[in-house]
Amino acid sequence: MRATIIKNGRVIDPANKRDEVVDLAIVDGKIAKSAPKDAEVIDARGLIVAPGLIDVHVHLREPGFGHKETIASGARAAAAGGFTTIVCMPNTSPAADNPATIAWIKDRAAETACVNVLPTGAISKNIAGEELASIGSLGKAGVVAITDDGHCVQNHELMRRAVEYARMVGLPVLDHCQDYSLVGNGVVNEGYWSILLGLPGWPAAGEEAIVARNILLAELCDHQIHCQHISAAGSVRLIREARNRGVKISGEVCPHHIALTDEAIQNFDTNYKMNPPLRARADVDAILEGIADGTLSILCSDHAPHAEFEKEVEFDQAPFGIVGLETELGLFIDLLVHKHNKIDIARLIEMYTTEPAQLLKLDAGTLSVGAPADVTLIGPDLEWTVRMDKFESASRNSPFDGWKLKGRAVRTIVGGKTVWELS
Amino acid sequence: MSVRWNRKDLLGLRELSAEEINFILETADAFKQVGTREIKKVPALRGKTLINFFVEPSTRTRTSFELAAFRLSADVINISASTSSLTKGETLKDTARNLEALHADILVLRHSSAGAPQFLAQRLKSSVINAGDGAHEHPTQGLLDIYTIREKRGKIAGLNVAIVGDILFSRVARSNIFGLTKLGAKVTLVGPSTLVPREFEKLGVTVSHQIDNVLPEADVVNLLRIQHERQRKEYFPGIGEYTTLFGLTKERAKLLKPDCLVMHPGPINRGVEIDSEVADGLQSVILDQVTNGLAVRMAVLYLCGGIAT
Repeated sequence: MRATIIKNGRVIDPANKRDEVVDLAIVDGKIAKSAPKDAEVIDARGLIVAPGLIDVHVHLREPGFGHKETIASGARAAAAGGFTTIVCMPNTSPAADNPATIAWIKDRAAETACVNVLPTGAISKNIAGEELASIGSLGKAGVVAITDDGHCVQNHELMRRAVEYARMVGLPVLDHCQDYSLVGNGVVNEGYWSILLGLPGWPAAGEEAIVARNILLAELCDHQIHCQHISAAGSVRLIREARNRGVKISGEVCPHHIALTDEAIQNFDTNYKMNPPLRARADVDAILEGIADGTLSILCSDHAPHAEFEKEVEFDQAPFGIVGLETELGLFIDLLVHKHNKIDIARLIEMYTTEPAQLLKLDAGTLSVGAPADVTLIGPDLEWTVRMDKFESASRNSPFDGWKLKGRAVRTIVGGKTVWELS
Repeated sequence: MSVRWNRKDLLGLRELSAEEINFILETADAFKQVGTREIKKVPALRGKTLINFFVEPSTRTRTSFELAAFRLSADVINISASTSSLTKGETLKDTARNLEALHADILVLRHSSAGAPQFLAQRLKSSVINAGDGAHEHPTQGLLDIYTIREKRGKIAGLNVAIVGDILFSRVARSNIFGLTKLGAKVTLVGPSTLVPREFEKLGVTVSHQIDNVLPEADVVNLLRIQHERQRKEYFPGIGEYTTLFGLTKERAKLLKPDCLVMHPGPINRGVEIDSEVADGLQSVILDQVTNGLAVRMAVLYLCGGIAT
């Protein structure tokens, strides 16, 4: 028997509506009622003891792009960020549009990853938006959702059938919301800065149009569609209205979309180039309100590692995206809880545990007795400085190097075993 | 080198102060004289190497820079996209670092990506001169336009300058907007709403879609080349309608004040944005722009080349 007791911490377990200073016992990799006297003791005085955090949106790059990230290095980055479960996107090479690739990812994760890695499968074959992928077989292979993330199915009929089919096999649909005809070759938010810098604009309407489409299809098919990385004020308004009517629609937020505005692009630094792009102050404010009133219910990173040589190019030619696993929790606690006071730490933990667990029907995000002992210890007031050179991720494409933040994970426990600890 | 200039690069007019712009114009005055001498050459950049690195095709601007460099006694090499290793997959950064390893002192860059000169300037010790980057800036064109206006009208402040055409995709327009507004001109942008979005007003200019209302007040009309190739098809219905609504036709030119200057960065589309009679008319200073471009580019190369050592 292997046993641990986490003592004197503030246990926040939204699944069980618990928020109290109490000891948490772990026996043989599961949460237990009590631990034997000789159990290993972890002193969590002053810390929050939370269910292991879940990031529903990361790119682990394997198979195909191991020079950006591997499943092993991405998992280490997750652990260092306080995450015990990560959901990886299917835009690999080959794309995760078939059961064999899913099996490969799961094998690789079992061999090399220090956290739980849950794959998603593609909506369409080769993420090309033309024909349905074998969604039923992907479900049997163990994907937790389908998505063409990085791309967006433009054909509404194909998307409608994908949602109907996914309902049959019980898989939620995640969507990267981008209307190609409206966005064109846009690389930054269309507005003051795109006009000033002469960079091709990516209008907010390009996201809002697809969010609206997804709301209509979620209603038509009576099935869950989750809108990924919401960036625009209009998207928040649409989702709020639809959720109030009971439509099965949800949205997630990445930290860069509230930490930064498009003003940051003015020196053409490609670490500020992401998709969807950084937007205007009014969009940031709308997203903050959407988080505060529950319209946007999930927090995530859109962790998108790229090698330095890939990002060190002309702005319009650089790939979109930044690494995020090791900065997201700090940024969200700092901005949402401390700086803007939009939600409390308990709600933030919900948005990283019960909300994603419910969306993807995961056996995770809870400290119930008998549940897997995935636990994150958080120092909510701990002050620290982002040091990109210390990242566990294989890539360094972050705009947050040197940022001083308040709040972070200090220990990550997966299945009862500490996989990362702040040194 | 003068304390009035301390930049190794010329990336755009947005980052320059009015004093810096005026200093370039004054320096250009001196170099303009050189062009009228029997021996059109000074030793200012003797022993320096200038590379004209044109990733996007251009004849006019490249030739002007080349001639400016010759007149300053620099050694000049021309590299175009098709002859560079970029076609072999080399990155812009690697190509530029190779050029620097050959001890190039000045890199004149034309590139289709906005911000490419900034990108190189931050990474190279050589001077980087922006010869046009995407839809962002074309600072020497802006400077030569301003130089020409100042030469003909004696001032910039208080003048009404109309810029007409495809503003959204125009680096010439942006450099003119930044430079002219800093020097106190009142700038009005004219063109179809799709190519002149209202958002431009936040840059301190006026936007109009009625050219007939703008022309009578204008002291300068700068016409931009209008194109209707593939990527513009969604922006306006066609050349014929453009000319009807926005072309500086012979008829429309009658609305102009007698001393209003007619400008165009070239190459002009006769009968599209401007009628031949107007392009070749008494108010046209289009060829003066070309001549002045040489003097302005000599000034810029001289000033930046002197700092980079």
